[in-house]
Amino acid sequence: MNLVTYLGLAYHAEQTFADSLRTVGQGHAKHPDVLFTCQALAAMSDEHVERLTPIVQRYGASSGKDVKEPERLHADGLAEVRSGPVGLLRDLQDLHVLGTLVQTTWTVVFQAAQALRDDELIELCEHASGQNSRQLSWLNTRLKAAAPQSLIAA
Amino acid sequence: MTDRIADIWGGRTPYAKGTAWPVRVDQHLDPGIAEDQVDRWVRSACLLCSNGCGCDIAVKDGRMVGIRGRAGDTVNHGRLGPKGLYGSTPWSHAADRLTRPMIRDGGVLTECDWPTAMGRIVEVSQRLLREKGPLSHGFYTSGQLFLEEYYTLAVLGKAGLGTPHMDGNTRLCTATAAAALKESFGADGQPGCYADIEHCDTIFLYGHNLAETQTVLWSRILDRTHGPNPPVLVCVDPRRTKVAEEAVRTGGVHLAPRVGTNLALMNGLTRELFEHGWVDEKWVTAHTMGVDELRSIVDSYTPERVAEICGVDAGELRRAARIFGTSDRVLSTVLQGFYQSHQATAAAVAVNNLHLLRGLIGRPGAGILQMNGQPTAQNNRECGADGDLPGFRNWDDEQHVQQLAELWNVDPLTIPHWADPTHAMQIMSYVEEGSIGFLWISATNPAVSMPESARIRRILSGEQCFVVVQDLFLTETARLADVVLPAAGWGEKTGTFTNVDRTVHLSEKAVDPPGEARSDLDIFLAYADAMDFRDADGAPLIKWRTPEEAFDAWRAASRGRPCDYSGLSYEKLRGPTGIRWPVTDAAPDGTERLYTDAVFPTATETCETYGHDLLTGATVTQQEHRAMRPDGRAFLKGAEHTPAHEPVSEEYPLLYTTGRTVYQFHTRTKTGRAERLRRAAPDMWVELSPADAERLGITEGDVVRVESPRGWIEAPARVGQVREGAVFAPFHYGTPGLAGEVGRQANELTMTVWDPVSKQPCFKTAACRVRKVRAGDGPAPAPDTAGSAPASTSGGTR
Repeated sequence: MNLVTYLGLAYHAEQTFADSLRTVGQGHAKHPDVLFTCQALAAMSDEHVERLTPIVQRYGASSGKDVKEPERLHADGLAEVRSGPVGLLRDLQDLHVLGTLVQTTWTVVFQAAQALRDDELIELCEHASGQNSRQLSWLNTRLKAAAPQSLIAA
Repeated sequence: MTDRIADIWGGRTPYAKGTAWPVRVDQHLDPGIAEDQVDRWVRSACLLCSNGCGCDIAVKDGRMVGIRGRAGDTVNHGRLGPKGLYGSTPWSHAADRLTRPMIRDGGVLTECDWPTAMGRIVEVSQRLLREKGPLSHGFYTSGQLFLEEYYTLAVLGKAGLGTPHMDGNTRLCTATAAAALKESFGADGQPGCYADIEHCDTIFLYGHNLAETQTVLWSRILDRTHGPNPPVLVCVDPRRTKVAEEAVRTGGVHLAPRVGTNLALMNGLTRELFEHGWVDEKWVTAHTMGVDELRSIVDSYTPERVAEICGVDAGELRRAARIFGTSDRVLSTVLQGFYQSHQATAAAVAVNNLHLLRGLIGRPGAGILQMNGQPTAQNNRECGADGDLPGFRNWDDEQHVQQLAELWNVDPLTIPHWADPTHAMQIMSYVEEGSIGFLWISATNPAVSMPESARIRRILSGEQCFVVVQDLFLTETARLADVVLPAAGWGEKTGTFTNVDRTVHLSEKAVDPPGEARSDLDIFLAYADAMDFRDADGAPLIKWRTPEEAFDAWRAASRGRPCDYSGLSYEKLRGPTGIRWPVTDAAPDGTERLYTDAVFPTATETCETYGHDLLTGATVTQQEHRAMRPDGRAFLKGAEHTPAHEPVSEEYPLLYTTGRTVYQFHTRTKTGRAERLRRAAPDMWVELSPADAERLGITEGDVVRVESPRGWIEAPARVGQVREGAVFAPFHYGTPGLAGEVGRQANELTMTVWDPVSKQPCFKTAACRVRKVRAGDGPAPAPDTAGSAPASTSGGTR
């Protein structure tokens, strides 16, 4: 079943997103709202990864890490941050791109979960999608707040 | 009248539930002045706490020489507090008043004339506008100006310059009150009023040391708790304040949660309402949204779990919830213990939730007072001199922006409304990085009042930004400025202001300001003139000259909005009492309570904000809001408790928290110049619990050093009423800033971090350590009349 591949993608994407959020938070720690909110958002993704683990195992992989995913679906996380006001803008934007990958992955998995009548996975998809919306909303809010000053006055 | 330093709240005038609070007129005249020597009494309201007591100023030979309460005023029924009595006028003839402008020349502030000072300001302002545009300008104002001044500043900033970087120190004290009201009800504005004290059965005080912050309002409560059928009080505070003692005395509860855990406590109280069926299901279904989600959020906060997180007794939590759940009329008041602490907006919103779940809103005795810390904070919010748009308009609603554009006759794109407005802490960050190159500070002292003092001093004294300070004295902040402008104070100018329960007062000019000092309104008008701000037809943007004309312009701007002043006038405000907005053709005498029909300003076209995620601060979009169809229903919103930003560690094992003392106000700019108030609380101290003091080998009066990762202070220790594990410091005390000066500002230790929704800085959740420096030579200089009394002499409340 190809679903296991997508579960692996969800696992990797959430893991990468969480790590990147932490990297960006720490890298821009002089903006305390970025630091603390990124940590809170990363914790959401951590929880999704944790809850996904037994489901991945149920569908036949020993863990999410073992699932081989198609090369072209993979997204690299942010290993380091950029500096300055525009750097913050770019890092937030990259996080948004990663978050969107997470979002569409859950959309796809949710469709399969319904077709399989897998209540546990349906519940996780709904929960994770809701949290993912909050993550993306915050990134969007913060981007909008930072953009004019960064692009015009900084 | 008794000495009100010792007898803070004055004599009791007990009264029964549902009856009027008796009148008691308080008066103070300078020594040597008899009542019959007073030339005239001038109408005003007190500006030394957020209560807004109606008063008259005594004038003799062109000087302000005293004050008395107005018997007929709905706010105070004649009373005044110690600050109002002893601190209202002495500053006005202090020898160190600023009387001439100053500019920095060769690094030194030097006196000059007005054309020179204003010329320097306009030169920098115009150069930056040419080079970088309006985003180079920032304004940081006060909670103590008049409505007319805020509105004028809002128009020149938002329509003249077009900068989104405007905020007030109301961000430090009251932003969460506004945010909580907006999130729950759709717009700012207090649902209830002070008269709810007369009608309630129960009063919950959340993080609100009312006995010290608003002494006259506290007398109103004491007069009920000492009268027939008194209300039961419940107090949430980590210190054993007079409020906490009174809660216990009235058969209520004192809950002392660990600093930084308010939301967990609130989630526990909310869960109890659901568990015991203390929810008005029918009312909730008809008038609110979000109940199922709220229930699922609080579901895991059992009393036992809350007890563990907060360090309170599970039985006491249950008892407090039962009192809330079973009283007919509950009044709740909230202040800095919630607003300046971790998860501020979520915790304050939880108070609104409790009222909504029981349908306790819009009727006598069922009030919510999301309090203000400063006397004119409400006007800053209404008029838009802070991050808001005038008239509680929604910056995210094109129609609202269009209304302002038509009112001011400017292009809507001039009015900055592209994103959340810039809050004070972010303004400071832009100043720090140099993208704001022009910062105008009026009537406030951020060098003392903002978190992480050393950072603020560094930012304001740096070369990267031109700083203008407009104030009464050469404050700690003014000393760092490039231009200092001498301002007229209360009693030296005319204007209106509005307290937390929406009561508008007129304060009339009693005397001339000293030297060349000018009213804040005149200063803003002079800048607007010099900058030649124009509307779309080339006419001057600001079309008023006098306070009354500015008020009339504001009346037009507020028409049709929740804070509608259209039916008010200076003439009407010269009656016996202040008047509560909205005042309209339909409600010509004002409005006692909002939401009496349970219809809230939440419709998408009406609301002041579409709301936020309480955990992250992410904004809800217009589309998302419209899809919810709130249509006049209030929002029930919740959030999970999360640990505070700086938990205790081995290195910093104690939790640091800051707060007020009854005798001082607003970095002591005025109160520190009143002899009796200065003597009553002359200097900085630090409070420890008896257990912590003993463990650290510290006794009363020993000089201790308190350190956080950001700085240190040294002050005598009061072994006091704070809960174990917490350290309390009063935040009024500044420092001369001389080399070698011992640190004594509470904010040397606090963190640069803020609530995600209200953007109010956290002043109450930092980790610290304490050690003894040397033995003291007597008790700490802390007052022993109120919440800072020594633990050994804890007595009952008067």
